[in-house]
Amino acid sequence: MDIDFRALVVIMMSAALVNNYVLRQFLGVCPFLGVSKDLKSSVGMGFAVMFVMLLAASVTWPIQVFLLDTNDLRFMQTVVFILVIATLVQLVEVILKKYSPSLFESLGVYLPLMTTNCAVLAVTISNINNGYTYIEAVVSALGAGLGFFLAMVIFTGVREHTASADPPEAFKGIPLILITAAILSLAFFGFEGVIENLFGQ
Amino acid sequence: METIITAILITGAIGFLCAAFLAIATKLMYVKTDARVEKLREILPGANCGACGFSSCESYANALVKDNAATNLCPPGGEKVYKEINEVLDKNSGAGLTKKTATVHCLGDCDEVKDKLNYDGINTCFAAKQLYGGQGACTYGCVGFGDCVPVCPSNAICIEKNLAKINPKKCNGCGLCLKVCPTKIISLENEPVDVAVLCKNKEKGAIVKDKCNKGCIACNLCVKACPEDAIEVEEYLAIIDYEKCNGCGKCIEVCIKKCILART
Repeated sequence: MDIDFRALVVIMMSAALVNNYVLRQFLGVCPFLGVSKDLKSSVGMGFAVMFVMLLAASVTWPIQVFLLDTNDLRFMQTVVFILVIATLVQLVEVILKKYSPSLFESLGVYLPLMTTNCAVLAVTISNINNGYTYIEAVVSALGAGLGFFLAMVIFTGVREHTASADPPEAFKGIPLILITAAILSLAFFGFEGVIENLFGQ
Repeated sequence: METIITAILITGAIGFLCAAFLAIATKLMYVKTDARVEKLREILPGANCGACGFSSCESYANALVKDNAATNLCPPGGEKVYKEINEVLDKNSGAGLTKKTATVHCLGDCDEVKDKLNYDGINTCFAAKQLYGGQGACTYGCVGFGDCVPVCPSNAICIEKNLAKINPKKCNGCGLCLKVCPTKIISLENEPVDVAVLCKNKEKGAIVKDKCNKGCIACNLCVKACPEDAIEVEEYLAIIDYEKCNGCGKCIEVCIKKCILART
């Protein structure tokens, strides 16, 4: 089995930048807005999501191909995937509680919320819909995780600046955060066509 | 029919595997918690009000055991919780319990304050405050939509004539109302405070006079009347220094706007 590295790079780049799950597809916005107050917890959340995405993609792909497809049970995809993702999130929670209680505290309610995080579910489902091979699926999940991580870190940086700004009364708090997120999302639209031009597809 | 059975079997099997896997992982990763933390958490009121400065009762219990936090930080629990905490931790901090009570520093109800605009928007102080500071002419005063009422765990706040009033007997001193008040007119002071300036307006006297019948106009009468020099006027507003105040009430008598009151 030969691996097409160029295709893998394309998949990863497009998952991370061009089709960034948060800023281009508006999935997983809840932790994106909720945990981006300070850099430490946003980095932690970024890693946690990346880890869960990777695990979820590598576990759900075999389940889809070897269990659901062969038994004609594609309609159970969503239920089974959520079940698996929930388990993985619980696992991450237990591990974090043991090895990094401070990060566990700062992530707070957003960690259990990751159970139903649409970004994680979307990664696994789009892997199947795009007909990726196992390696492609894992790479795409890694790219998606990196994209989420990147979006979190950039947004936290911006928010740390806007926190010390003095906006008009009506913009204070959530409105300003949403506007910032919208502008950041516009900026990510600038990646449109980058892949095609870089790799000539 | 066959499809249903395979669906149930396979989903069930995956679910069972996941559950077993998690059960093992939880067993392996079990974190030992101090028995005292559990006990303290049961003693604490469990309101998660945050008055102690920690995010929840649980984190306060943790801090008590691990970081040696002061045992007198839980105002809602009062004397009882304070004693029980000391019993569990087997120590006597000696600091004693200071009970705090919240006061609304505004007397501008709808009879006293002039209207500046006819607000017809969302009925919360937070929303009204965004629009030129609310309905009343005074932007330093109570907005009167009662954002503080639902957050109060002991139902001590009620709105009368568009003005928040706190019943000091019911107030447990958690300070939640301070956080939601968009105008920041509620303050938390130690219990033995007898007088308070119930105005926060920092505008010049003439402007205040025009807006509200009960506003501090910085006339300095209270400053002169105070035998302990405990009152000062800063930014056209009288401020009482509670370190010096002996509660004689002379300022209450001289205040021509009647905005210094004995706390009832």
